[in-house]
Amino acid sequence: MTQLPTSTKKKLGLVIDLDTCVGCHACVISCKGWNTENYGAPLSDQNAYSGAASGTFLNRVHSYEVQPPMLKDQPAAPAQLIHFPKSCLHCDDAPCVTVCPTGASYKRSEDGIVLVNEQDCIGCGLCAWACPYGARELDAKEGVMKKCTLCVDRIYNENLPEEDRQPACVRTCPSNARHFGDLADPTSDVSILVAERGGFDLMPEQGTKPTNKYLPPRPKDVEPEYDILAPYLAPVASDGKGLVNWLDKALSALPGGAK
Amino acid sequence: MHPAPSVIAFTTFSGLGFGLLFWLGMGMPAPTGWVAFGYFAIAYLGAVGGLLASTFHLGRPERAIKAFSQWKSSWLSREGICAVVTLLIMAVYGAGLVFLDTRFTLLGWLGAIGALGTVFTTSMIYAQLKTVPRWHHWTTVALFLLLSLAGGALLSGNVRLALPLLVIAGALQAFAWFHGDGRFLASGTTMASATGLGHIGRVTAFEPPHTGTNYLMREFIHEVGRKHAVQLRVIALGLGFVLPILLLLVSSSLWIAVLAAISHVFGILALRWLFFAQAEHVVGLYYGKR
Repeated sequence: MTQLPTSTKKKLGLVIDLDTCVGCHACVISCKGWNTENYGAPLSDQNAYSGAASGTFLNRVHSYEVQPPMLKDQPAAPAQLIHFPKSCLHCDDAPCVTVCPTGASYKRSEDGIVLVNEQDCIGCGLCAWACPYGARELDAKEGVMKKCTLCVDRIYNENLPEEDRQPACVRTCPSNARHFGDLADPTSDVSILVAERGGFDLMPEQGTKPTNKYLPPRPKDVEPEYDILAPYLAPVASDGKGLVNWLDKALSALPGGAK
Repeated sequence: MHPAPSVIAFTTFSGLGFGLLFWLGMGMPAPTGWVAFGYFAIAYLGAVGGLLASTFHLGRPERAIKAFSQWKSSWLSREGICAVVTLLIMAVYGAGLVFLDTRFTLLGWLGAIGALGTVFTTSMIYAQLKTVPRWHHWTTVALFLLLSLAGGALLSGNVRLALPLLVIAGALQAFAWFHGDGRFLASGTTMASATGLGHIGRVTAFEPPHTGTNYLMREFIHEVGRKHAVQLRVIALGLGFVLPILLLLVSSSLWIAVLAAISHVFGILALRWLFFAQAEHVVGLYYGKR
């Protein structure tokens, strides 16, 4: 039955650091690579080499411009560009699971991962309608719903070296903007990170209680006026002597001359 | 939301078909023989045709049978069960009228309840979605039920019932449009809450995740349809309600009633097109679009 478990032993999920993400899309590519070659139906592309290319992705990186407001008397701070990776948030109260008519969508009681049993999926698309985050995409070739599996075929895979037993996106991120762990355990690295950096939920008003958390960008430093030549270009001394002093006074005395 | 023809046809024709089945089940009218056959043929054409149309948008229609299993949590599953049970009950009831000249009153009432239940469960598929604030409201449920009852009354020749039902349904539709226009804003879901970046300043979409389009944008972002919303609303109200009401008031001939029914069907098709095309899914916010 596609009812949600009352509680899960673990809450495996991701913590995504919006401060350090550089928007390189490496997570997008490694995700597509791993999930095309391994568990479930491949992530198909349509018209991949034409002008109208389209395809299934489980993880996408948006970019937003955020313009701080103008404060009293001061000009507004410069706009910030924030890269924003988005995939399934493995919600505690996942609306995508309960709407499924076939039982294909389910949330695992042992670790909280939300998965689709592709043999049961009829591709009605209702779960994608119910998800506020756009985490589910219907594969145009296979006709079944695809979504992030949290790389369930990596994280428990004893054939892989231990350092590879994490989601492909986390393993590949070159700027350490993605972290994987158990968010139900308050002593885990990810939980500490969330507590220290003020991790937040996306669209909390939708009541989905997402497991994945986002870390806000840190406040930008105010850049000091900085010029390495400045010490060598100190202004002409006001108590000048000789010819320079005479010229300064004489020129200042002219109509319109600088004092 | 993408106004898929299969879903528009499904909600329109199955709504009308189950509406007609409701009045037939109530014994209003209770024809026998060939006349009964005609009524039931129209009702089943609408109800079954609509249900079949809805399977066209499935990615894997060959597995549709699995959709009957999750009645404990899924409105879509409940709808499927309600529809099949109703159609089976009404088939027996209809056979009684057509072949035996006998009306199984209790079966008819059960079928009528089932027909209403089917329309109710259909409406809940949409009304349950918090992600589409325009649908997430009691008016969605009330409208599906009223439109089905009014259309069914029109098709079954219950002019006295059709008139007030059409007036109420038209008024409620106008209210639902008016009230629905403000619900996305009232839902509190914004680009600021979607990205969690609102505390820094004003958020705008700078670059989408890809150069082309994708499933999400095709399914959930449909700006073209809204351009002609006002005109379509006038057309839907005119064809769906005003014209049928006037026609029924002017004359009681059969052909006028048929004309009124045809006008009503076109009005409902326009209204359902708007129901989908105007509905805004919150995921559009991630793309800076609606």
